Amino acid sequence: MAENMNVLIVGVGGQGTILASRVLSGVIQKIGLDVKVSEIHGMAQRGGSVVTQVRYGKEVASPIIPKGQADIILAFEKLEALRWLPYLKEEGSILINDQRLDPMPVIMGTAQYPADALDIIRSRCRKVIVIDALKIALEAGNPKTVNVVLLGLLAKYLDIEKEIWLDVLKETVPAKFLEVNIKAFEAGFASTA
Amino acid sequence: MKKLLTGNEAIARGAWEAGVVVCTAYPGTPSTEITENAAKYPEMYAEWSPNEKVALEVGIGASMAGGRALVAMKHVGVNVAADPLFTVAYTGVNGGLVLVSADDPGMHSSQNEQDNRHFGRAAKIPVIEPSDSQEAKDFVKLAFQLSEEFDTPVMLRITTRVAHSQSLVSLEERQEIGLKPYEKNPSKYVMMPANARRRHVLVEDRLAKLKAYAETSPLNRIEWRDTKIGVITNGVTYQYVKEVLKNASILKLGMTFPLPENLIREFAQKVDKLYVIEELEPFIEDQVKAWGIQALGKDIFPVIGELLPEVIAEKMATETDGNSPTEAKKQIEAAPGATQEIPVRPPVLCPGCPHRGLFYVLNKLKVTVAGDIGCYTLGSLPPLSAMDSTICMGASIGNAMGMEKARGKEFARKLVAVIGDSTFIHSGITGLINTVYNKATTTTIILDNRTTGMTGHQDNPATGLTLKGEPIQEVDLVLLAKAVGVQRVAVIDPFDLKETEQVIKEELAAEEPSVIIAKRKCALIEKNKDTTPYFVLEDACIGCMRCMKLGCPCIIKEGNKVRINPTQCVGCELCAKVCTSGAIQKGEQSNG
Repeated sequence: MAENMNVLIVGVGGQGTILASRVLSGVIQKIGLDVKVSEIHGMAQRGGSVVTQVRYGKEVASPIIPKGQADIILAFEKLEALRWLPYLKEEGSILINDQRLDPMPVIMGTAQYPADALDIIRSRCRKVIVIDALKIALEAGNPKTVNVVLLGLLAKYLDIEKEIWLDVLKETVPAKFLEVNIKAFEAGFASTA
Repeated sequence: MKKLLTGNEAIARGAWEAGVVVCTAYPGTPSTEITENAAKYPEMYAEWSPNEKVALEVGIGASMAGGRALVAMKHVGVNVAADPLFTVAYTGVNGGLVLVSADDPGMHSSQNEQDNRHFGRAAKIPVIEPSDSQEAKDFVKLAFQLSEEFDTPVMLRITTRVAHSQSLVSLEERQEIGLKPYEKNPSKYVMMPANARRRHVLVEDRLAKLKAYAETSPLNRIEWRDTKIGVITNGVTYQYVKEVLKNASILKLGMTFPLPENLIREFAQKVDKLYVIEELEPFIEDQVKAWGIQALGKDIFPVIGELLPEVIAEKMATETDGNSPTEAKKQIEAAPGATQEIPVRPPVLCPGCPHRGLFYVLNKLKVTVAGDIGCYTLGSLPPLSAMDSTICMGASIGNAMGMEKARGKEFARKLVAVIGDSTFIHSGITGLINTVYNKATTTTIILDNRTTGMTGHQDNPATGLTLKGEPIQEVDLVLLAKAVGVQRVAVIDPFDLKETEQVIKEELAAEEPSVIIAKRKCALIEKNKDTTPYFVLEDACIGCMRCMKLGCPCIIKEGNKVRINPTQCVGCELCAKVCTSGAIQKGEQSNG
């Protein structure tokens, strides 16, 4: 790998972005690369906009991805995908969960949720993948595995063997939920052509 | 073996490896996980103290007794602990004493962005700043050595990005160093004027020795690259600089107080142009300039907010030509940015939050609310909009009292102080004593949600459990309020809206101080509850929008009616209680 890889995972507090980044960083450690992860805890977690930055490669200095340098953005929600767009590389990929969660100003009617969020993103990015992770998670057997479905989608777009992902998933999730999580991961992995 | 650790986990590990015996803290983002992780090591005693001042005092006691002690707090916590800090700087230590100050540039979860390196200089104690998790662990261990060698408390200053970023750390074993002998030594530890005068001389002497140490300390190092640009930097900013300015020479300062004058002069002489790139205050820069060394710093970089890599790239792109920041700037410009306004997503009170009921009533009663620090500060946001002020931990009661003293008793009939259980114990109790002592008539509402919510559910003296999970006799808030002389004390359930409104009205009318304890468990820790979601009967909904005043993220306006998001709703019933047309019902219903 010539350059470091930058993965931005964005969503809304409570959506389970932290598990996704934990598995990803575990996978990177397994393949023996340097890795840095940055998260914000505290107030933002109460239903606010949340972001996790994962950077890996031969040697990583900054834990923060500068604007315009994310290779992949994995967005758990559409408005958040739009919000973090300026962090995407010109030739980067953005993977989006087709879910809408209204923020308080929209609920209150003081702001508009951009109904055409996906169109805007498609018109500005070269590679946009959209899946309905909730639907896939329901089909896999548990609506709470949305984050693992999205993790499966991410795995498809990162050049790392699938077996390694499954190994780390086994080490990360409790045994009694393992089966449904593996199903969700596989479904996410297979969700796009 | 290397392990991926946050800076906070690494600090706890470093303390363990350094043979620390006592860890104390009051929770505060971004410092909380230091002590949570320290508590996992059975060799170390760890506690949540009632506030940062007590935490430091316990740490000082442990140090005087000959054990190594780590005390952790967020930046504003050091304000609370400043009194013991400035004097332990005089007494020095027996066992090593390290104070972790976790600063929050960008105010991700704070009420200000003060730069606590100023505290180190003001107290005349060394300030050490790691730039990643490995350094966080290594620097803690070194800090304990320095503390004992120079007979001084040491400040380990981190920032949010160091505290909460994970990077790989090499683990080592614990070094059992045992306790140093305890010897009675009043001239060192009893800071009455005659002794303190002698100690101050030693403090100045120590500072000179620390300055000499800084010149050759492994904490400070030069990385020579191209000498056209030289950068002095510290903390996580070092990592950003290294990446954005790939060719620049760097003087990385791991010790930012006292500064190594000769090392800085040597570095400055060998580079064509010198920059000081540091987040927040021009702490290094001011000293460099005071020595007559030419440098650029806050002339171009902001003192406000985080100094993110993109900011460094943007500012340095105009300073350099055809260099790596120019490339970074190009990438920023090429990024597929969004041009339209994107609605902000501020944090909100969680679905089922017990505070919602109280703030709904306060909003309805149109009272002035002196607020405090915690999740419930979110009650200030619309539509609840039921908070007029938030200054610092414990300020609400004093603020309300000051309002009453300035504007008179009539004003107090429409005025409450609102404070959380943990915050009340932290520093609200003194304010309450003052209302009784100085004859105010303030109504104080204690939001007792049985935990320290905002920082991630830590126990406190009112929850009945210690940090290590041992059951203890909890503080009885009712008896406590009565003991300080408050005659009128009521306990209410904030989800009983009728009772809540009635009791608040009664206590506001009373011309004497009163305390209302709004008691209901935080929705995130309440396990024994029915979480069946509620739904809206479309035909019955009259579109009055009364439920929208609750500011519940699950209730969504659709046309002139509302609907409830069943995946988020936790069945708290509050919306059904405010609905006057019976349109909100319990149970599953497909949203048609």
